[in-house]
Amino acid sequence: MIAASALIAEDEPLLAESLRAELARLWPGLRVVASVSHGQAAVEQALALRPELLFLDIRMPGMSGLEAARALAEDWPGAPGSAPFPLIVFVTAYDEYALQAFDHAAVDYLLKPVQSERLAQTCTRLQAALRLRSQVPTAAEPALQAAVEQLRQLLPAPELAASRAAPPEWLQVIPAAVGAAIHMVPVDTVLYFEAADKYLRVVTPEREHLIRTSLRELLPLLDPQRFWQIHRSTVVRADAIACALRDESGKHTLTLAGHPDRLVASRLYAHRFKAM
Amino acid sequence: MNAPVPSHAPSPRLQRFGRRGLQTIAIGVAVALCLSLMPGQRLLPSLAYSVCIALGCWLFIDCGRMLAAHWVHRQASPEIRRARGEWPGWGWMAAVLPLGTLAGYVVGYEIAARLFDAAEPHALGFDLRSFASILILSMIPGVAATYYFYSRARLAASHAKAEQAERMAAEQRLKLLAAQLEPHMLFNTLANLRALIGIDPPRAQAMLDRLILFLRATLDASRGSTHALASEFARLADYLELMQIRMGGRLQTRLTLPDHLAARQVPALLLQPLVENAIKHGLEPQVRGGRIDVSAGSECGQLVLRVRDTGTGLAAVASGQGTGFGVEQVRERLEALYGPAASLDLAPAPDADGGMLATLRMPL
Repeated sequence: MIAASALIAEDEPLLAESLRAELARLWPGLRVVASVSHGQAAVEQALALRPELLFLDIRMPGMSGLEAARALAEDWPGAPGSAPFPLIVFVTAYDEYALQAFDHAAVDYLLKPVQSERLAQTCTRLQAALRLRSQVPTAAEPALQAAVEQLRQLLPAPELAASRAAPPEWLQVIPAAVGAAIHMVPVDTVLYFEAADKYLRVVTPEREHLIRTSLRELLPLLDPQRFWQIHRSTVVRADAIACALRDESGKHTLTLAGHPDRLVASRLYAHRFKAM
Repeated sequence: MNAPVPSHAPSPRLQRFGRRGLQTIAIGVAVALCLSLMPGQRLLPSLAYSVCIALGCWLFIDCGRMLAAHWVHRQASPEIRRARGEWPGWGWMAAVLPLGTLAGYVVGYEIAARLFDAAEPHALGFDLRSFASILILSMIPGVAATYYFYSRARLAASHAKAEQAERMAAEQRLKLLAAQLEPHMLFNTLANLRALIGIDPPRAQAMLDRLILFLRATLDASRGSTHALASEFARLADYLELMQIRMGGRLQTRLTLPDHLAARQVPALLLQPLVENAIKHGLEPQVRGGRIDVSAGSECGQLVLRVRDTGTGLAAVASGQGTGFGVEQVRERLEALYGPAASLDLAPAPDADGGMLATLRMPL
């Protein structure tokens, strides 16, 4: 049986242990290189250990399985010759994320409680995909591409989020604390927003502010036509972008009009930078 | 291709209209039979006049009523139109009844006179006194029939209302059941159970026992029954134990129930949505987990129940990840059972441990 390495991300200890035991029984050649209990650890460990397979629970504390997969798709090196993007198997108790989108691809999903026959089927599928990869060395780049395509489909559409709320009243001014004073920063002057730990950097041509709001909370308040998400931690004002340059790993480097900062647009948002 | 097969049966409205017509003919026949008992009246002409006048009056009154109703309810919602769309109110009927009777009487009389070669004097050829008395006589069945129709329609409307209330109550029960049997919780618990069976059968059995008790209480709650506060705390302990098996060391719990309150009756699983919220939105998103305290006490003659977590706090509530539903449900149940005497408050916990505090007050 083919040898492979895997990472398990599951926050419930009994389920993580049970999945590891079942996999050991069904696939003796599989080496579980790490078993982590939250999404952030999954991203860090996967980037450090470069496993070939990921078993990601969807609902985990902190970063969810889907968010972890997206973060990995953004941060994976992806240069020619580097380790191929892992094959992902999502594990969930309830089919709430329309995971059918993954049905036909290199990725798979499992419903909890995971039944042995179904897990065996998943193992067979994964082995076939790994075998294909080893025979066709160029299959690695398309694998990352395919994963990016699918993860992009599962991105929450800001247009949808906005239409669900009351009539869109886009944010006009951002109150930002500077010492004891509150500066009113017009949204029109903001070049980009960048998430930094628990803060959000609000960068204008003159200066930058820190506000205690997460990007996730702010995003629904911004006009999606004018403000584009280009990375999980970056939102840029579209008309402030001067130029986008694609590198060989699929990322874009953006230069801004009238500001020296350079921003990186991840693969997940590369579709925004296609010439008309 | 798939066009619906046209139905040849008359619409229910038309059917009701026809039935009222037949009832009118029956009234006309009855009046004729009464009149024929009086001296000097022949049965056949009486019958013809009576039925014609009755049909005339009915047609004018019924059509007048429907037109008036259409006018009155022209802006109402479809449900209201269905419920009372055929009744314009007594004010309108006070005008429709005499006018309809007058018009119906004249037209009906003329038709009957044509049928009987005008053997009788012309409808308007009577002297005023006898004309008025006949008109009033004709109005009596009209008023009676209208009243009959009115009370029947009212009965139907109240039936429809009762049915709707019943439907809403059933829907409410189902919603409660669906909320308490949240699939994510159920399947994750079953997955843990499946894992435990292999490695620790006695513990698996204990877990299954707790799940069974919890499921039974869920059914009881959906039927709107009550149980002692001690049972409420026992079921919460079952639920928390199930969650503890899943979350391991990330979940600590503390349940405090004073003895003198143990027998107090409360709606079954009233606190469960609050505990579930505290876990789902407070503790589960935190990598380090946290503690959940459930306590009961009496203050100022009120029963006070508190659910507190040391979780993510207001941020989770502000981002609106579905916290509203469980809380809303508890509020609705309290409102239905105790009205303004009960309340539920959700606020950040006042001490340094952070998290949320839900305070529920109800009469002792």
